[in-house]
Amino acid sequence: MATVELKGIGKVYEGGVRAVQDVNLAVADGEFVVLVGPSGCGKSTTLRMVAGLEEITEGSLTIDGRLVNDVPPRDRDIAMVFQNYALYPHMSVRQNLSFGLERRRSYGSAIRRLVDSGYRAKARGEDGEIAARVADAAQTLGITPYLDRKPRALSGGQRQRVAVGRALVRDPKVFLFDEPLSNLDAKLRMETRTELKALHRQTRATMMYVTHDQEEAMTLGDRLVVMKDGVVQQCADPVTIYERPANRFVASFVGTPTMNFIEGEVRGDTFRAPSVELRMDPTGPRVSGPVVLGIRPDRLRPAGAGTGRLRAQLRVLEHLGDRVDLALMLDCGTPLVCRTAPGAHLREGEPIDLDLDPADLHFFAADEQGLRLA
Amino acid sequence: MNRASRWVYVPLVLGAVAMLFPLWWMVALSLETAERAGAATVGAGGMVLWPDDAQWSNYPEALAQVGSERWTGFLDAMANSIVVTVVTVVATILSSSLVGFGFARMRFRGRGPLFTLMLATMMLPPQVTMIPLFLLFRGLGWVDSLLPLIVPAFFGNAFFIFMFRQFIAQIPEALFEAARIDGCSVLGLWWRILLPMCMPVVAITAVFTFIFVWNDFMSPLIYLHSDDQATLAVALNAFRNQYGGLEAVHYLMAVSVVTMLPCILLFFVAQKQLVDGLGKGAVKG
Repeated sequence: MATVELKGIGKVYEGGVRAVQDVNLAVADGEFVVLVGPSGCGKSTTLRMVAGLEEITEGSLTIDGRLVNDVPPRDRDIAMVFQNYALYPHMSVRQNLSFGLERRRSYGSAIRRLVDSGYRAKARGEDGEIAARVADAAQTLGITPYLDRKPRALSGGQRQRVAVGRALVRDPKVFLFDEPLSNLDAKLRMETRTELKALHRQTRATMMYVTHDQEEAMTLGDRLVVMKDGVVQQCADPVTIYERPANRFVASFVGTPTMNFIEGEVRGDTFRAPSVELRMDPTGPRVSGPVVLGIRPDRLRPAGAGTGRLRAQLRVLEHLGDRVDLALMLDCGTPLVCRTAPGAHLREGEPIDLDLDPADLHFFAADEQGLRLA
Repeated sequence: MNRASRWVYVPLVLGAVAMLFPLWWMVALSLETAERAGAATVGAGGMVLWPDDAQWSNYPEALAQVGSERWTGFLDAMANSIVVTVVTVVATILSSSLVGFGFARMRFRGRGPLFTLMLATMMLPPQVTMIPLFLLFRGLGWVDSLLPLIVPAFFGNAFFIFMFRQFIAQIPEALFEAARIDGCSVLGLWWRILLPMCMPVVAITAVFTFIFVWNDFMSPLIYLHSDDQATLAVALNAFRNQYGGLEAVHYLMAVSVVTMLPCILLFFVAQKQLVDGLGKGAVKG
């Protein structure tokens, strides 16, 4: 396995369109790094530059300490799993799995195999080695019964396993995944996600994974790289990303439902908005002036009448089985969402008091960048 | 099937009969005696639709008389036709798919104008290029050899390049990227991934090229002068000139049947692929 280091990586297409800007990232040996962001944020382009499928126009890329900017994909010792599986339709599953190994044979000359008995013996040894590796990968992914089928005779989930198997069988330095679960239905996606995580635990391979699904990113990644408009917004472990988002974009992108924001001002130890007055944590960091306050929906709690710190109108109540989402509206017209446990006697259209821990408040600059203040 | 749709078959059957009748008549005449075939040709003995006493010996006798030497003329012509056709079919498939791949997947300056220029060559009638091409091949010293019939196939055929290009353009890009990561070079990608996936277009190219080259009369007539270089189409024409009289109509028909037999057999063998491929080439999906 290997390390991957991106230093000042950028991508400018012909015509001057910039897709990726100044990405700096060091992926440690055996680490699972997830690039996450909305469509068009440059995450796939970054991954494709690592794969060698897109030319790197700025910066340097090293895999295991070797500069690979101008190295073709086949010589980078990487394997990639694509969103639409990209299995060769005219080959059986077995041939799909062994194709990459066949291309890298040390004894691959058909003519020498015919005329040179020593060469033939070595080639046969290599045949056995390839067959064993294919069998191992198929065993690991549970696709042994399908080895002689063509991809068209497989379900979506089975095809995705074959695609992962094709990467696994080569034992590459780095695994790259480009939204591999996007074509699967919700149930299968969750199952495959768990299997991928288990596979990483088992192989301890270096993996880079691209997704637009923040939940997938949070569950899979040792470390997340949140991107927007071609720029890395924050690079940290999932807990840090959730608990201490670097800016308003990260705060709103990560977490479901999305974080609540209230524009206002801090004077002394109090946050004030048109219909809100909140005492801040006296032991927390100090901020002042115009700010945007952020509160996670799961940190808001319905409170008894007259005892809460916030008062809002309950507009819509959504039962989700194990939890309830409350769509609320402050008097000043700012919408809020509260995620709570079911059981409270709440009625739509009635006012509701909400409580929260001052330590759970996030403060962001009120400007366009919206950087975290505390 | 309802009553209205059944009527559709009436014109179809009539059309099929009209198309098949000359073929049937040719086979029937080829099995007749010289007298009856000659008389039937000028309408004197009535139309022959079923030989009373099939003369199967007409076939070996007719084939033996093709060319100046007994049997040699026919066997030479058959060998020449097979060589020209097989090499041309293989060369057209390889070159057209490779160029179509380039136009579909390679990014290079002038790709659009070059593709348009290539398509424009399809508009040129062959008569326009006939004399310049003859002068070119004469300059190369290739006249009276099979080279002028074979070598151009290695440079692609505009129509088939267009078909390959359209087919390849609808194959997902990720497949090519996966192959590149798996270790394929550009040529390896074409050979191992693309050609097997383009089988419907390969089948169309093979059948159409086979039929065209096997039946081609004009090019061999222009470039081949010696008897031992003639293809079947040219040899058949010489045979017609030699035995054009009414006394040898049955022989002429026998040689004609043998000449067209490979095309008919090929069509039956490749019919499914051909119809399937035409559909796939026309509709994206």
